[in-house]
Amino acid sequence: MGLLALAFAAPAVGSELKPTPAELESELVCPVCETTLDTSNAPVARRMKATIRARIAAGDTKSEIKAQFVDQFGTAVLAVPPRKGFDLVAWVLPLAGLGLGVVAVGALAWRWSRARGDAPPVGDDGEPLDPALERRLDAELERFEG
Amino acid sequence: MTGRLRLGAQAVAVAVVAALLGLLIWKVAQGESAVTTELERGGTPAAPLFTLERLDGKGDLALELLRGKTVVLNFWASWCGPCRDEMPLLQQGSERWEGRNVVFVGIDIDDLRSDARSFLERFGVTYANVYDGKSSTVGRYGVTGVPETYFIDAAGKILYRIAGPVEDAADLDKGIRSAVQGSP
Repeated sequence: MGLLALAFAAPAVGSELKPTPAELESELVCPVCETTLDTSNAPVARRMKATIRARIAAGDTKSEIKAQFVDQFGTAVLAVPPRKGFDLVAWVLPLAGLGLGVVAVGALAWRWSRARGDAPPVGDDGEPLDPALERRLDAELERFEG
Repeated sequence: MTGRLRLGAQAVAVAVVAALLGLLIWKVAQGESAVTTELERGGTPAAPLFTLERLDGKGDLALELLRGKTVVLNFWASWCGPCRDEMPLLQQGSERWEGRNVVFVGIDIDDLRSDARSFLERFGVTYANVYDGKSSTVGRYGVTGVPETYFIDAAGKILYRIAGPVEDAADLDKGIRSAVQGSP
């Protein structure tokens, strides 16, 4: 178990200490075109890419490089919003919506299944069967099966 | 019970749609700056206030403290070609109008701080420039792109705007005179 955790943790630590330009370019957004740097060719995006390469060469960690960009452009420069403060809403809201949806669908399904189980037998026209007719039908079926 | 539940669900659905519609309207209204709308109507909107970090490292600059002076407010970025073209004109203009209660202020947007500093050094710009990497002023002024220049009178009203580069000294002086005289 410990080895498994270590196997997953190792690449994350490696990526934090020795990030690649490609991963940072996919995690940072161009402030002009508002797409990730890897899909942008705007002049400022090109300058940001050059800065990333220079900072990696200087030995900065992934967090340090990201922090430098956040200091200049704010948290809007991050492709994935941080899980704190107001930005937490971006994480919580979809999950809350999903949870509410699951609860609503479950409640509706339960109601429908209950309504179906309790309903009296109906004829072709959708009207409930006359009790006398139902008794006669049961008797006929019993006779037929007997 | 089922009827009430259905009514409740419908009310919630209508409320969600109304909220989303409200959000859309708000977003569209945000995009259209009050400054832009009023300038297009021929009005003189109040210049939105800001306090931003100076690129020369001398602390912050607050627009409010320039009340009583005519302000030439130029939005630019170091990667923008037309900004490079007009920068010598603006520097010369700041020297020409020096001592006549006219202040030039540059706002660098969507840019790296280090690039902005190199740019100012390369062009020998001596007037005050601030850094707005978070573009906090862009929406409020209704800036459509860089470069864009606003001419603000002593009372803090925007009298004139040049969207795009300042063509020549006459173009620049026309804007400054409008702001000095207090009429668009």
